[in-house]
Amino acid sequence: MSPRNWQQALAAHPAPIEALVVGASAGGVSALLTIFSGLPANFRLPIVVVLHLQDNRRSELAEVMGRRLGVTAKEAESREQLQAGTLYFAAPGYHLSIETDHSLSFSREEPVYFSRPAIDYLFESAADAYGANLAGILLTGANQDGAAGLATIKQMGGFTVVQDPQDAHVPTMPLAALELHQPDVVAGLEDIRALLIELEAA
Amino acid sequence: MAPERTRDIELRLLVEAIYLKYNYDFRDYSGASLKRRVRHALIQLKCQSISALQEKVLHEPGVFMQLLQYLTIPVSEMFRDPGYFLALRQNVMPILRTYPSLKIWIAGCSTGEEVYSMAILLKEEGLLERSIIYATDINPVSLERAERGIFSLDNMHSYTENYQQAGGLKSLSDYYTAAYDGALFDKTLRANITFADHSLATDTVFAETHLVSCRNVLIYFNKPLQDRALGLFHESLCHRGFLGLGSKESIDFSAYARSFEALSRAERVFRKL
Repeated sequence: MSPRNWQQALAAHPAPIEALVVGASAGGVSALLTIFSGLPANFRLPIVVVLHLQDNRRSELAEVMGRRLGVTAKEAESREQLQAGTLYFAAPGYHLSIETDHSLSFSREEPVYFSRPAIDYLFESAADAYGANLAGILLTGANQDGAAGLATIKQMGGFTVVQDPQDAHVPTMPLAALELHQPDVVAGLEDIRALLIELEAA
Repeated sequence: MAPERTRDIELRLLVEAIYLKYNYDFRDYSGASLKRRVRHALIQLKCQSISALQEKVLHEPGVFMQLLQYLTIPVSEMFRDPGYFLALRQNVMPILRTYPSLKIWIAGCSTGEEVYSMAILLKEEGLLERSIIYATDINPVSLERAERGIFSLDNMHSYTENYQQAGGLKSLSDYYTAAYDGALFDKTLRANITFADHSLATDTVFAETHLVSCRNVLIYFNKPLQDRALGLFHESLCHRGFLGLGSKESIDFSAYARSFEALSRAERVFRKL
């Protein structure tokens, strides 16, 4: 468990958060619905999500999430500029990165841990683009993707959150993250949900 | 404005050095992907920093050729996105058939999977013999592999599935023989293929073409370079010629948005206006 509760950790973060990146795999849809369920319709941060999906399938994830959550959600497009109040989902079959000008870019490099999109690609590029102004959240999943990327976010001064493995549908991904670095917050989905509301209010 | 970070400075200098010394232009490539590939190359080429790599690249041409293998992305499949090839078969081939001879440009052909896919499609449509296919790439190692036409047997299962979904008329195995763990593609397929070194960043148009297929190349370019590449395609294409792009690529926000119409927006097949 985290030595501090999430409120203290967030208050202690030295830089304003300007973007949020989230990674999830097995069990991820329901986890995402939970943590985003407190978001106001006009939320402030751009949020970019990689959820592992089967390659070569058209995804209706963004549509479904947007409808369920009552927020603006869309599948990321190549070269698009990140906008406040939008929930972006990586498209199946392509890695998704954030460029230093805060636009999105795609690549077709090899899958990472059999995954394309890979969480590590998004997290590492976002860390480079936003530095300390980034928050990263890694949720439930059955592989190690995202662990290295989350550690990079921390290394670049960003704020990191790992789902409590005991709370996770599949604990492998959170456990892999905790092996690599000590995040700012380890918490269950309900606390992460509250944390996002707090981030929005900040 | 904050001073640039050392690593970003090093990367810019490396890319500049490559351009000045070898005339390979990565200056307008997307940063995130390029950084990741350079980072990977540093480990593989055992360099402590990008500056150290730059020194090697400038003084040892062999190291540049090694680095190029990491900077380009040789990930390809036969009949990738079968719907694209089906759209070509159903909507483009019937029109191409009306021309007495055809020129087709596969830009950024990498290791050639898409080139052979196109050749098979043309053959099944009875057009291969009157076609010339230009298959171009910036990586000579990839071009050599493309020219050999040998692909891993392990992939033939998924390629066969793609081929069938793409409306294949025969069996994919009719086009290759298994040899040394590889699938060696019928050499008559490549009788009309010209493999050539060509850069969308630095070279100009070399032929008038009826169809340009350039998929998952533009995603690595920034907007000015995308516009440059689209400009070359536009110039190369004949009146009402066809352009095929990758499934996440678009001309909508480019300087050429009004120079093409969508023939199949879903499959990214466009036609010159």
